[in-house]
Amino acid sequence: MSAPSIPLPLKAAPDISDWIRFGPGRTVEVLTGRVELGQGNLTALAQMAADELGLAPNDVVITSGNTERTPNEGYTAGSMSVSIGGMALRFAASAARVLVLREASLKLNADYLSLSVRDGDILEGGRPTDLDLRDVATGLNFAVPVIDYAALLVPERRTLSSQPLPRRDLPNRIFGTPFIHDFAPEGMVHGRILHPPVQGAMLRSLDLKTLAARPGIIDVFRDGSVVGILAGSFSVVTAAVDWAANRAEWAVPDLPQAASLRELLAGAASAETVILEKGKIPEEDGNAVEVTASRAYLSHGSIGPSAAMAVWRDGRLKIWSHSQGVFQLRNAVARVLGLDIEAISIEHASGAGCYGHNGADDAAFDAALLARRVPGKPVKVIWSRLDEFRVAPLGPGMLTTARAVVDETGALQSASICVTSAPHGNRPDTAGVPNLVTATRLAEPVPFQRSNDVPLPQGGADRNAIPYYRVPNLHVGKKLVHDLPYRTSSLRALGAHLNIFAIEMLMEKIAAETGQDPVTLRLRHLDDPRAAKVIETVMAEGEALRRDMEPGAEGWGLGFGRYKNTGAYAAVLARIRVEETVTVSHIHAAVDSGEIVNPDGALNQIEGGILQAVSWTLKEEVKLAGPLVATETWLDYPILRFSEVPQVAVTLIDRPEDPPLGCAEAMAGPVAAAIGSALFQALGIQICDLPLTRERIMAAALA
Amino acid sequence: MADQQSTEGITVTLNGGQTTISGHDTLPLLHVLREVLGLKGTRFGCGQGTCGACTVIVEGKAVTSCDLPLEAVRGKRIETVECLAAGGATHPLAEAVLACQAAQCGYCLPGILMAAKALLDREPDAPDARIREALDDNLCRCGAHLRILRAVRLAGEVMTAATDR
Repeated sequence: MSAPSIPLPLKAAPDISDWIRFGPGRTVEVLTGRVELGQGNLTALAQMAADELGLAPNDVVITSGNTERTPNEGYTAGSMSVSIGGMALRFAASAARVLVLREASLKLNADYLSLSVRDGDILEGGRPTDLDLRDVATGLNFAVPVIDYAALLVPERRTLSSQPLPRRDLPNRIFGTPFIHDFAPEGMVHGRILHPPVQGAMLRSLDLKTLAARPGIIDVFRDGSVVGILAGSFSVVTAAVDWAANRAEWAVPDLPQAASLRELLAGAASAETVILEKGKIPEEDGNAVEVTASRAYLSHGSIGPSAAMAVWRDGRLKIWSHSQGVFQLRNAVARVLGLDIEAISIEHASGAGCYGHNGADDAAFDAALLARRVPGKPVKVIWSRLDEFRVAPLGPGMLTTARAVVDETGALQSASICVTSAPHGNRPDTAGVPNLVTATRLAEPVPFQRSNDVPLPQGGADRNAIPYYRVPNLHVGKKLVHDLPYRTSSLRALGAHLNIFAIEMLMEKIAAETGQDPVTLRLRHLDDPRAAKVIETVMAEGEALRRDMEPGAEGWGLGFGRYKNTGAYAAVLARIRVEETVTVSHIHAAVDSGEIVNPDGALNQIEGGILQAVSWTLKEEVKLAGPLVATETWLDYPILRFSEVPQVAVTLIDRPEDPPLGCAEAMAGPVAAAIGSALFQALGIQICDLPLTRERIMAAALA
Repeated sequence: MADQQSTEGITVTLNGGQTTISGHDTLPLLHVLREVLGLKGTRFGCGQGTCGACTVIVEGKAVTSCDLPLEAVRGKRIETVECLAAGGATHPLAEAVLACQAAQCGYCLPGILMAAKALLDREPDAPDARIREALDDNLCRCGAHLRILRAVRLAGEVMTAATDR
């Protein structure tokens, strides 16, 4: 077992009472800076805390993402809720248990080491005492450092972690009304900001008088190129925005239409930054194998649009948002509005599924701006589907070139990887920049600024650009694309989706050109036994998937990746059928994400990660027309439908002794690679421009 | 806010009970449900009838409610997700969806469950391919499709068993 290191969140929130609060009642409040985005993380976090406290899961209530109450844990992102946030909670909860049991040992005059807790009852030598954890806790001072008392249970003593407990929040999400969209407090009004058709467009003219005279309108205002509309009902405000959008005249920046995404990105790329240089790359590499892969810009495409509610009372601003980082959003809003952060409080509330930096924060700022016009009245904002496609940040379009030289034994001798991409990191409050879209058009604008992407070790465009395969000579670089008008930021897996695809396609091509088995080629270049294990597992367990292929029409392929090169290991087999389009019929995945706290929760996340990646890889592409995001409705942006969903099997490799590594995002690259490899096997040609649409298949087949 | 007024109002049968709504003849049914009647289980997704989040059942057929004016359902039988837990009795679909943990964010589920109910009411023993076909206009972004399909099949089995008895 590797000894768990002290979780980073304990630096900002060092005390037990920052994380655990014993109330007057029987339930214990657990505080986390992480937020529930539909991924089930709060269920797993409650399990981890309850386990360490010796409580039943229902005796724990969890409070999350609240600037007034919870620790600031940054963004809930990168599949790190359990691996980092959960470990912090485990430390804090264990420290609380230690403090209580010390007190109990005094009260009982018993050996501390003989004491334990089960369902809140304090046991001595496994036998009941008349003490309850919560009673003993009353009166103790928990405002003491976690690290002075933390003593994690050994894995065998955990009773809740590893249990597939049902999601705490699911009944309400399906049958209740927990979403911000459902909020309707007394006196609430509806607001919308009119967003321009193109990022950076400035408003030339709009007839505000006629707009304001529409029935049901409460207020209309203009601040620079921002027009805000307040109305008594959702339908009235929606109709008013549509009316205004049809009449507003905008000064739109010019940009010629590029012939292809490759051309567009290559033409706008800045100079290469070297990420890693190791050994020597041969200058003459005439026998090199090269793959260039590209990915279209992607939309987050949450089924519920971004929403927020805000209210100003006595100079103080309160916001409800489904942001991934309420503290960062607070900093951003404070900076734009010139407020002290103490004057703002933000509470996380449910939104629809979140897969990265979407429009949640922008909608929150829109609500704050609108609410300032009607102090005392809560203002709710629900974006339109058009705003979701056109105004929210996109997952960046990317271009990755992977080139390698192999020696006479077929081993990798050198590799050179270059990633060209718009930045993946433009979250609110990144490097002090608010990054709120409406703030960029105010009379006193707070513009976006050049992003530095997301630096390694997490990596943005370059996430997983460093091959996990052994290669003695290696060059990895990235070229950021700053000068295109499409707004981009973090979408699930960031650069890992395309980079893993590109590297795996390179391995497939090397295997084909040197007459090696592609699976064996991968295994001979992996030094990490856990990496080999997932590949061997999926090959064995997915054996049936690889049988009885119809030559020329069907194929199977493997994709492997270790997310961020430090996270979960995933090996994926895909079986596909190619007719005019590519159909993925079967997926089998083997995943090692260290300790699994909630196996059903992990499976749900992995299945979801697989299906979303199938959708991205086969279908998804934001359409661009000059400076315009031309994708306006779901009809322009097909995603995977029920009739297209493959059969999926997942083998989890549980390692209770090892730290949890996160899971959902680990699937994106390996799934794309497995599909690409299968297509290569079926057709004998590599198609490396994603998505693998009918047009691309036909063009490649005819070429 | 009053839209085009109808003096007598529009009467519908909503989840088994008669309801009369006045003054909102042209308002989409979704907004009548959510804003006028306070039945917020049905979700707003796109407002264009393209994602299925707002699916309800009208006269036994699954339809999107965001692009359906109230006057188009005058006198008709309407079922919404709220009918799955009506009067304390839980519908097999509601039980199955929780038993299978068939959601991530849950936002698309009410619409999907209505599309599924419209199918199972006619064909409780519908095979997988029929279920997929019936749900094909409903988008799920989190990728909970396989769990949803399992849940619908499970509910169908329960309903089939109940019919056979």
